[in-house]
Amino acid sequence: MKHLLGQIFRSGKFLFGFVIFMIIMLTVLIYPLLVEYPPLKTISRGTFLPPGIYVNVYDSMTFSESYTLILDNAATKRIASKLNAEDRQAMKEWLVIGAELPEDEIDVDDTAKLIDLWTTNFDPTVRLPGMTNADRNYYIRLTASLDGLLATEGATVAVANEDTGVLEEKYVIDQTTYVNVGEVPNVRVLPLGTDNFGRDVLTELIKAISVSLTIGFVAGTVATTIGLILGLVSGYIGGIVDDLIMFITNLFTVIPSIILLILISFSIGQEKRGAFTIAVVIGFTSWVWTARAVRAQVISLRNRDHVNLSKLSGHSIIHILAMDILPYIASYVVMALILQISSGILAEAGLSILGLGPRTTEVPTLGLMLNWALIYQAPLLGKWWAYFPVILIIALIAFSMNLMNTGLDQVFNPALRD
Amino acid sequence: MKAKGKEETAVGAEILSGKGLTRVFGFGPNKTVAVDHVDFSFKKGEIISIVGESGSGKTTLAKMLLGLLKPTEGEIYFAGELRDISSHKKKRQYWQNIQAIFQDPFSSYNIFRKIDAVLLDCIRMRGGRRLPYDQKRAMMEEACSFVNLKFDELTNKYPFELSGGQQQRLMIARIFLLKPKILLADEPTSMIDACSRATILDMLMNLRDEIGMTPIFITHDIGLAYYVSDTVYIMEHGVFVESGSADDVILNPQEPYTQRLLNDVPKLHEEWDLSTV
Ligand SMILES: Nc1ncnc2c1ncn2[C@@H]1O[C@H](COP(=O)(O)OP(=O)(O)O)[C@@H](O)[C@H]1O
Ligand SMILES: [Mg+2]
Repeated sequence: MKHLLGQIFRSGKFLFGFVIFMIIMLTVLIYPLLVEYPPLKTISRGTFLPPGIYVNVYDSMTFSESYTLILDNAATKRIASKLNAEDRQAMKEWLVIGAELPEDEIDVDDTAKLIDLWTTNFDPTVRLPGMTNADRNYYIRLTASLDGLLATEGATVAVANEDTGVLEEKYVIDQTTYVNVGEVPNVRVLPLGTDNFGRDVLTELIKAISVSLTIGFVAGTVATTIGLILGLVSGYIGGIVDDLIMFITNLFTVIPSIILLILISFSIGQEKRGAFTIAVVIGFTSWVWTARAVRAQVISLRNRDHVNLSKLSGHSIIHILAMDILPYIASYVVMALILQISSGILAEAGLSILGLGPRTTEVPTLGLMLNWALIYQAPLLGKWWAYFPVILIIALIAFSMNLMNTGLDQVFNPALRD
Repeated sequence: MKAKGKEETAVGAEILSGKGLTRVFGFGPNKTVAVDHVDFSFKKGEIISIVGESGSGKTTLAKMLLGLLKPTEGEIYFAGELRDISSHKKKRQYWQNIQAIFQDPFSSYNIFRKIDAVLLDCIRMRGGRRLPYDQKRAMMEEACSFVNLKFDELTNKYPFELSGGQQQRLMIARIFLLKPKILLADEPTSMIDACSRATILDMLMNLRDEIGMTPIFITHDIGLAYYVSDTVYIMEHGVFVESGSADDVILNPQEPYTQRLLNDVPKLHEEWDLSTV
């Protein structure tokens, strides 16, 4: 046993797959201990907030100690964030064509002069040849954003007087004023932004992984248990029992399991489709392959001498199946279980994309996240954080489990060892 | 001049017999008639050998006699009555009376079960499930020492950790505990080294004297059959072509097939040399 474990973990493929899987598992286990956000709480007004660190502006102005930092490139950076190289080039083009300025007089790197030229010459009513409405709007937006870009004085914060309603200056925030993010009471890191409902994608994703893994595990266990029992019984007993079981198995083989799955999920109805129900349904439609494989293995084992000796020792069928057959196919069953778990996860994702997955209000699953992202057109809108991490995780889980499976195969089938 | 290591024992009533026993594998063009309408009658106490070349159907016959394989046709009688193994309980009873040693010791044991479990199974089979462990252990020790093994060295080990000869001896220890009326030994010495063969045979003969069982040797080696047995059945392509007392059949063979088997054993008429058995 120890020897076998040693061999398994010496297999590079298994180890690699195992490490990936363990990283995913540990993340799923540890993250909720550190971060206690409810996974499906809407936290933003507006959807698809991009990934980043969100700092409360009100807190930074009023509740946080402010510091003065004299940094050389602060102004340059500020300007660059509003006016990038592309914008400068576009301004130059407009000035050359729209205002007919000589091209060599315009220096795109001299921000002050460029803005000066722009404010004196730009006329939003002028239509250049070949200019679309979108282009026009772009220039108008650009002009608005340039307002106050070169200002050097600070921003004034004013509060309305309670009695008179007159704005009274409170204080001025200089351009050199900083706050320490660590001292701002309200900072929320959204490493993967928010989704279409304004929910924290990372927290949602972690919860979804754990739910999907559970679904996969339940589905895989159900499928493997049914397949194992039917395979053992049909392979060992043979005869009419075998014929009957193989008839059922063939029925299930002829009807593709995904179609069966869709039909069953559909007929269960929206109300009753919990994550657990879906998992069990997936399990019930995917045992066929395991049953066939186990049956074939049992048939090759049932006439072995060690089984005969066990019969001669007066053991019952149950004892023989459990002690003389099962241990010999255990490695095989473990491999089948791993594949069933990973295909259970994929099956849930497939169902959910079709809108036939588990009910939506309580828990997310990987498939549901994809479903939401698709419905709200995240791919079209370029909101990659709402769907790409999900796809990546599904791929990683399937990849790691298949790697473990191949690794095990190499250990258990000496013929495959290189 | 027969160099048999056994005493003449009184041959008693019929213990196992068969009528028209047949086994067919497959059907259509793949049909193999492994055992073809054989009749036989084994008497209590006699030593029987079934001799035939490889593929002649010996193992198939043995499995049918053991109740591990259903005959396609024919009947088997045990102790004068039609054998009935239709339920698990009846099978268990039958297997208290008939046991086997298989050809390949390396595939005869479950590799996941320890030697202790193998021996304890036998005690349980004899109704000793509830005995205190000390007593069970004493029985296992006795059985092991009968085959020159030390139980203390075997306990908590797996059968595959032993050599082929030791594994076959453990099989004999098993039979020692089970004390069946009939023992089917299917080429028990063909897969183990020459030095162990004579020991194994000696132990089987001692065991026969000890527990009074009827051994049935299955072998492709007619010399060995002559050396150990009273009655010999010669099997060719699933049919018993010749049978009778070992002296009659082997010293005075009627069939060319028997002759051919004999020609493969050059030293038969000389003094038997144990080391080549
Ligand atoms: N399970 C089986 N299925 C099909 N054919 C078999 C099977 N077992 C034995 N046979 C065939 O029956 C014949 C007799 O085999 P066997 O009884 O093992 O012979 P022996 O033990 O004398 O070498 C052989 O031709 C063998 O191929
Ligand atoms: Mg054989």
